Amino acid sequence: MKDLSTKDIIKPLKTEKKIKVKPFSKAGLVIRLTLIALAGLTIYGFITFDYKNITFFEALAGSLTNFRVMFTEAHFNHFTFSEALYQVLITLCLALLTTIIGAIISLFLGLFAAQNLSSPLLSNSIKNVIAIIRAVPTVLWVLIFAVSAGLGSVAAVIGMTFHSVGYLVKAYSEAFEELDHGVIEALQAGGANWWQIVWQAVIPSTLTYLVSWTFLRFEINFAAAIAMGAAAGAGGIGFDLFMASNFYLDLREAGVITFFILAVAILLEIIAVRLKKYLKTAQ
Amino acid sequence: MTKLLELQGVSKTYGKNTVALSEINFSVNEGEFVSVIGPSGAGKSTLLRCINRMIDSTSGEINFDGQAVQKLNKKALRQFRTKIGMIFQHYNLVDRLTVFENVLHGRLGYKSTLAGAFGFYTDEEKRQALELLSILGLESQVYKRCDQLSGGQKQRVGIARALVQKPKLLLCDEPIASLDPNASKVIMDYLQTICKSMGITVMVNLHQVDVALKYSDRVIGISKGEVVYQGDPRFMKEEEIHHIYGSEAGELIFNLSEESHYVG
Amino acid sequence: MLDNFFLRKRLKLSLLIVLILAITYGAILIAEYDIIKGFTSIPEAFVWGVQNFYPDANAFSRLPNILNKLIETVLISVASASTAAILAFLFAILGSHTTRINGFFASISRLFATLFRNIDVAVWSMILLFSFGQSALTGYFALFFVSFGFLTRAFTETIDEVSNDSVEALRATGASYISTITNAVVPSSAPQLISWLLFMIETNIRSATLVGILTGTGIGFLFDLYYKSLDYHSASLVVIMVVIAILALEALSNFIRRVIL
Repeated sequence: MKDLSTKDIIKPLKTEKKIKVKPFSKAGLVIRLTLIALAGLTIYGFITFDYKNITFFEALAGSLTNFRVMFTEAHFNHFTFSEALYQVLITLCLALLTTIIGAIISLFLGLFAAQNLSSPLLSNSIKNVIAIIRAVPTVLWVLIFAVSAGLGSVAAVIGMTFHSVGYLVKAYSEAFEELDHGVIEALQAGGANWWQIVWQAVIPSTLTYLVSWTFLRFEINFAAAIAMGAAAGAGGIGFDLFMASNFYLDLREAGVITFFILAVAILLEIIAVRLKKYLKTAQ
Repeated sequence: MTKLLELQGVSKTYGKNTVALSEINFSVNEGEFVSVIGPSGAGKSTLLRCINRMIDSTSGEINFDGQAVQKLNKKALRQFRTKIGMIFQHYNLVDRLTVFENVLHGRLGYKSTLAGAFGFYTDEEKRQALELLSILGLESQVYKRCDQLSGGQKQRVGIARALVQKPKLLLCDEPIASLDPNASKVIMDYLQTICKSMGITVMVNLHQVDVALKYSDRVIGISKGEVVYQGDPRFMKEEEIHHIYGSEAGELIFNLSEESHYVG
Repeated sequence: MLDNFFLRKRLKLSLLIVLILAITYGAILIAEYDIIKGFTSIPEAFVWGVQNFYPDANAFSRLPNILNKLIETVLISVASASTAAILAFLFAILGSHTTRINGFFASISRLFATLFRNIDVAVWSMILLFSFGQSALTGYFALFFVSFGFLTRAFTETIDEVSNDSVEALRATGASYISTITNAVVPSSAPQLISWLLFMIETNIRSATLVGILTGTGIGFLFDLYYKSLDYHSASLVVIMVVIAILALEALSNFIRRVIL
């Protein structure tokens, strides 16, 4: 393929063949196969889904009406504004605790999981265990812990921490691995021991990444804490939403709670963007 | 000599106060090799992009090949752009596609939306593309992906893409600013050949004064958005260069003697 | 002077640590988190897990049913992410600086992305449950909305990053808007877009479990059923199957990424 000259390319023309514009490439083939497979699975999915006698357009129209009612006529029935605010605060606290505990554990595990700071055996075993922890959905961790700890904030925080650790160890260790080898070498040459290198070189030079990954995880944990309130009785605004929609069947209240959640989530996103910008300029 | 391009009182302002170009007047004849020189930020790139309306000028008149450029509607603008090839400092290729595909992109302006969208090219177009590639010494790279090429090779692909348009004018925005001296010479030589033997008018933005002096029929000097010099490079005096570059001049003279042995 | 510098630095660090501790303490009080129970529950859960949370013969007899629901969940995840990706691509084209048509559509695109991204999948599923009931469509739409919000943002950023220069070149040749997109934007961004799509599918399978618990569908429903009837052996098999599915998908995605990126 490499040494085709113009002659070779023009020659087939005389036999009235088309000139190829694109040579065969493995990447192109895999992209095409992936897209075809996804399209096929999607269509197969739509054919085999369990629709439970739902009339699609009726349900869609119903949903649209519900959305309209929720968001245009939103108001409280069973709670007050300040109660809802306090519940949001509880959800934020659950997310915060999870993030802080998760970040501390992940920092140490991340150091041991980074290939350039640890032995291959230790690094690989941590990474494999972490991959399995990460594969278990958060809600299952929480429910598993709820069996022995009971439904509530303890099971929620511990369960969510597991998944947070799975996520953060991966992010942290990859940040550590991108560190320029020369920095570690220079300190080693000066006779610094492992912990000194970690505290004086590794963490300061990756701090920007660590902070932005951690805050990103905090955003995710806020969403997870809402979900755990709804699905695993962890309390907070998620539980109120669950009660409003599944117990009282009150669209308007579900609407106002959704507004609360949306407002906090957007606020967190704005803070994250600002924080990233600040860290970039501070360096 | 027929005038191919004429600018009269062309200005461009951003917002209310930022003046990028003010009252630019000049014309370019068919078959001419014109260099535009001036310090960074003088408005060279803006000027070039106003000509093919990648940037819309604020006021003034631009005439190209008998057409009032600013008055063209969307469809006529596309047609007009096919007559002007453009070459960029950073080559602006689609890196993940092959050399061949990138060159054929030059034909998209001639196609209906549908044919263009699916990339249907005629055998004639493909043959032209291959011919240009062999003229530019890229016959063995035809099926290579562009991210595997060197800078000089990428710029040659850029030139082929512009030439396959069959343009009357070639606008080159700092074509050698990212290249080493050897590759720079190769590219400038190609541009000269294109101008002299294919009869395509060439307009080049440059910041290497010595290169501009060596290759062009005419030099246009721009400073702070205004044309401050126009004339034959053979008669250009050192003060005039100083005038164009203002306080940067001292540094420039140093560059001149430094670089001249590479390209000269 | 130098002493002062290090002193200030240490002082700042100590203040930061005190601040974090104070916030943590506040959070513990507000969330009514029991620290001691938090510590003791981990070994308790471990002991309980070893004694009860493993599949037995009875659990394996339920395997066909579990696999059935797992396949349904995977299909919902793929379908929602793939269809959302098509819509997200259109919105990303409108929202990206390189390819946008005008400022109005760009703002609309960003607004939609922000709204859909920031309402969590749990919230969507509870809202959709009203009209779509316990059908697969509840989960599909909940995942679709979140995928759409996330992918629109990811796609917009990718297109911004990747295709700025070549879009300019194609516009200069007189290529039409659509040609520019198919010939410059699509080839330069396709591998990254697919990578994001695969990531979204992985995320969706995890979220689908949650949606299933909330809406009584798919693999999540099955887990909830076994869990609430205290059949922990079967519940553990569900967890194991979900983990295997996600790990297999991750491996496949990583293989695809290695080839195409």
